[in-house]
Amino acid sequence: MSARERFLGAYLGVGVLFGIVLTKGELVSWFRIEEALRFKGLYLYLVFAAALAVGVPGFALLKRRPARSLTGEPISVAPKVVGRGVRYVAGGALFGLGWGIIGACPGPLFALVGAGVGVMAVAIVAALAGTWTYGYLRPRLPH
Amino acid sequence: MTELLHKPWPWYVTGPLVGLVAVGLLAIGNKQLGVSSNLRHLCAALAPREVAFFKYDWRGAGLWNLVFILGVVVGGFVGGVLLANVQPVAITPAAHASLAPLGIRDFAGLVPRDFFNWHALLTVKGFLMIVGGGFLIGFGTAYGGGCTAGHGITGLADLQLASLIAVISFFAAGAAASFLVLPLLVPR
Repeated sequence: MSARERFLGAYLGVGVLFGIVLTKGELVSWFRIEEALRFKGLYLYLVFAAALAVGVPGFALLKRRPARSLTGEPISVAPKVVGRGVRYVAGGALFGLGWGIIGACPGPLFALVGAGVGVMAVAIVAALAGTWTYGYLRPRLPH
Repeated sequence: MTELLHKPWPWYVTGPLVGLVAVGLLAIGNKQLGVSSNLRHLCAALAPREVAFFKYDWRGAGLWNLVFILGVVVGGFVGGVLLANVQPVAITPAAHASLAPLGIRDFAGLVPRDFFNWHALLTVKGFLMIVGGGFLIGFGTAYGGGCTAGHGITGLADLQLASLIAVISFFAAGAAASFLVLPLLVPR
């Protein structure tokens, strides 16, 4: 068994944890998402702030050389190229539009299927069609 | 005790755990938390055709993430079925007052059952909401290079300007969609 395969179990475990956090933390709740997008409650914003309160120092600490991951790789996060930023504004806006309409982002779509909202599997298939369409149109889109 | 297990978690439990998942993936295998990449990996695995965006070693780049997302489905079952909250969601009274006019009577569960069911797919509005919303999510996250996880958590935790731009953009568009588009798509 290669090192890569050995760690797949760990990723599965972290995925299960994330799925539980998403559901028990109500981040998959349509009501919570729409509450936040209508600026009628702080819950989602507090979750983000608390996540970053752990994430920012965590990332900074791990990125200090010569930190290595458990798999032995040097830890590095490639900086995203901002460029003209068109893709982040336009792509973000199109995603946000879908997010506001359906009240769930990609992670929650998967968690909701597990939580018994089976019709969200159709939304995932539609999202695959959307990603495929982007891939097809990519050479013609401004980035 | 069992009652406690079924209660939803407060923000100060949920938030740090989300951060911990992102930091944990980095520590375990130098992996970045990001869910929408899986949509690309699945396209690359299922229907790459002659599209350059899908011509890469998806197993090498994304097998770990596909396994991770399978875990999320399982976790969704644990958190959303086995440990399901039976009480209506405790959103603020202001949120309740803002959403009730959309025709929502039942605030229990994770989604309004009147909107998200198989029958809704057979209606024009329901189809636009579920399939149209899903399509936009897939297109937009691929175009923008990430979602609420990849940009909102990982990118911001790494203090990336690109992610900040994306986050501001999807929150603004999300608010606009919730106020302006959602009311047109709810069944009435």
